[in-house]
Amino acid sequence: MIAAKVQDAFSFRVSHIDRSSRFGLVFWALLLILLAAAPFWGDRQTMRLLGEIYSYIALASLWNLLAGYAGLVSIGQQVFVGLGGYVLYVGALAGGLPPLLCVPLGGLLCGVLAVPVVLVLFRLRGAYFTIGTWVLAEVFVQVFQQVKAVGGGSGISLPAVVVKSIAQSRDGREFLIYWLFLALVVAVIGLIVTILRTRYGLALTAIRDNEMAAKSNGIDVNRTRLIVFVAAAFANGMAGALIFLQKLSITPFSAFSINDWTMNVIFITVIGGIGRVEGPILGAVIFFVLREFLADYGSAYLIVLGVIAIVVMLKARRGLWGYVADRYGWQLFPLARRLERTRIVPDAAAAAATIEAH
Amino acid sequence: MSAILSLQSVSKSFGAVVVANDLDLTLGNGEALGMLGPNGAGKTSLFGIITGTLTPNAGKVLLDGRDITRLSSPQRCRLGIARSFQVPQPFGGMTVFENLVVAAAFAGGKRESEVYQIAATTLEECGLGDKANRLAGALTLLDRKRLELARALATRPRVLLLDEVAGGLSEGECEILVALIKNIRRTGISIIWIEHIVHALLAVVDRIVVLAGGAFIADDKPEAAIRHPRVAEIYMGISADE
Ligand SMILES: Nc1ncnc2c1ncn2[C@@H]1O[C@H](COP(=O)(O)OP(=O)(O)O)[C@@H](O)[C@H]1O
Ligand SMILES: [Mg+2]
Repeated sequence: MIAAKVQDAFSFRVSHIDRSSRFGLVFWALLLILLAAAPFWGDRQTMRLLGEIYSYIALASLWNLLAGYAGLVSIGQQVFVGLGGYVLYVGALAGGLPPLLCVPLGGLLCGVLAVPVVLVLFRLRGAYFTIGTWVLAEVFVQVFQQVKAVGGGSGISLPAVVVKSIAQSRDGREFLIYWLFLALVVAVIGLIVTILRTRYGLALTAIRDNEMAAKSNGIDVNRTRLIVFVAAAFANGMAGALIFLQKLSITPFSAFSINDWTMNVIFITVIGGIGRVEGPILGAVIFFVLREFLADYGSAYLIVLGVIAIVVMLKARRGLWGYVADRYGWQLFPLARRLERTRIVPDAAAAAATIEAH
Repeated sequence: MSAILSLQSVSKSFGAVVVANDLDLTLGNGEALGMLGPNGAGKTSLFGIITGTLTPNAGKVLLDGRDITRLSSPQRCRLGIARSFQVPQPFGGMTVFENLVVAAAFAGGKRESEVYQIAATTLEECGLGDKANRLAGALTLLDRKRLELARALATRPRVLLLDEVAGGLSEGECEILVALIKNIRRTGISIIWIEHIVHALLAVVDRIVVLAGGAFIADDKPEAAIRHPRVAEIYMGISADE
C-alpha cells in the first residue's frame, strides 16, 4: 500500500482488497482447511474425485491465463501435459530417478521446449495460431507412437517397485497424491493471483481487455505473451507428470488427448468465466457436478454439456463469473487496485475549483 | 519553431480508398494543430500511421528528426506519442484508476507504485476523481471520452493526438474540455486535434489543416483555414463552384 499526497489537495492510498475479496479470502482459507483434511473425512472415491477436480482447475486456470488474458487460444496444451507425463515415466524407469523429483523435471522440460515452439507458433496470428497448436499436438501423438523405448502405441506402466517408492502403503500413496494435487492447484492459483497483482499482471489484464489500447499504451504484447506461454507450459508439464503418476500407466493417446486435456478444459473455462481467476474454479465445480449426475446417461450427458456451453456463450459471453464480476464488481481474490482517499485537507475544495476555473 | 513530429511523403490506401497521397505534415514543438476533413477522409488513419497501428504504403514518420516508421506502437508510445481513440477503447474490466496506472507505468517504463501519483492527479484533472474505482466498461460515453484523454495524458506524452474528444458533449462539457486542453498546451505538450466542432478548435489551436481526398487542401492560420471554400462545402454542404 502506497500513501502519497496529491498537490496538497488530498492524500490517498492504493489497496488491492475490498469487501468482496476480504470475504473471498476468508472463504478460500476455510475451504482450503476443509479440503486439506479430506483424508480424515473422505473415502478413497471422494479423494480421487477431488484430486481430479484439482487437476482440472489447475489446467483450466492455465488455459485461462493463455486464452483469457493473453489472447492465446491454444488447443494444443495437451502436448505439455503428455510430455510431463512421459518425463516422469522415462525418468523413473530409464533414469532411476525418484518419481516425485520427475514432476518438476517434467515442468522444466516443457518450459524449455516451449521456447522454440513459441518462436514458430508466434509467427501465426489468431485462428492460425490455434490451428498451429493443434497440428503440433498431433505430431507428438504420431511421434510417440513410433518410439519403441516408451512402448510405442501401447505405452508403458509404472512398475510396482517404483510405485512403492512413493509410499509403502496404498493409503499413504493415495493421501500423498491427493495432497500433491491440492498443492498443485493452490500453487497455480496462488502464482496467477500473485502475477496479476504485479506490473506484469497489469499488462496481462490490459491485453485481456483491449489489445490495441494495450499496444498504444506502451505494452510489449508479444513479450508478455511469450512469458505467459513458457510459464504455462512449465506448469502444464508438472500437472501432467502428477496426473500420470496417479494413473500408473501412459499411452500416446491418453497423454496427448485433446478431449481430456483441452476440450474439457475449454468447457470449464468458458462456462465458469474466461478472463477471471474465479472462472475456472466455478466452471470445474459445474463440470464435475454434471458429470457425476449425468455420466450414466451417455450421449445425453454430452448433449447437456453442449447446450450449457452454447447458452452460456450466448447469454453471458464472459462466462458465469464474468457476468457476476461485470455486474456487481465482485472479486474473490484481491486483484483490482482501488484508490482510496484517506483525508481531504481543508483547501481541497479550493484546489478543485481552480482546476474547474482554468 | 523546430519540428517535433513530421510526416514525409506518406501514402496510404485501403484498396481503392486513398486516405493519404504523398502527404507532408510538420508539427512544431509546442504547437497545437487542428485537423478538419469530411468523414472518411483518413484523419483517424493518419493517427494510426503516426502511432504505428497502421503501416503506410510509402513515406516516413519522424520524431525529433529521427525515423520511427519501423518502430512498433508500444515503442512509439514510450518515445512520447499518445493517442485518444475516436471510438473509446478502455480497458473495460479494469477500474478507471487502473486504466491510468497501465498507461503511466508502461509508457514511462516505471514501477507501479511510482505512477500512482500521476494516475491519481490526472484523474482529478480530467474530472474523473470520483469514479476512480468504477469499472471502465461501465462508464457513460462522456466519461469514456474523458478516460481516453486522461489515459493519454497519464503517459506523460510529448505529442498528444486527440481524435474527436468533444463529439457528443454538451456546450458546458465542451467548455470544460477546451479549458483542460488549453491547460495541457501550457505544459508544452504538442497537440494534433481532430475535431468537427470548429469553435472548440478555434479556441485552442495555432493552425488548422484540412484533409480531403488524400491531401491537405488547406494549411493555414485557423481563421483563414476555415474560410477556405472547401471547408464551407464540407461543413455547410455548400458547393464551392456555385
Ligand atoms: N483498417 C481498415 N481497412 C480498410 N479500410 C479502412 C480501414 N481503416 C479505415 N478504412 C477506410 O479508410 C477511410 C478513412 O477512414 P478514417 O481514417 O477513419 O477517416 P476519418 O477519421 O477521417 O473519418 C474510410 O473510408 C474507412 O472506411
Ligand atoms: Mg475518424
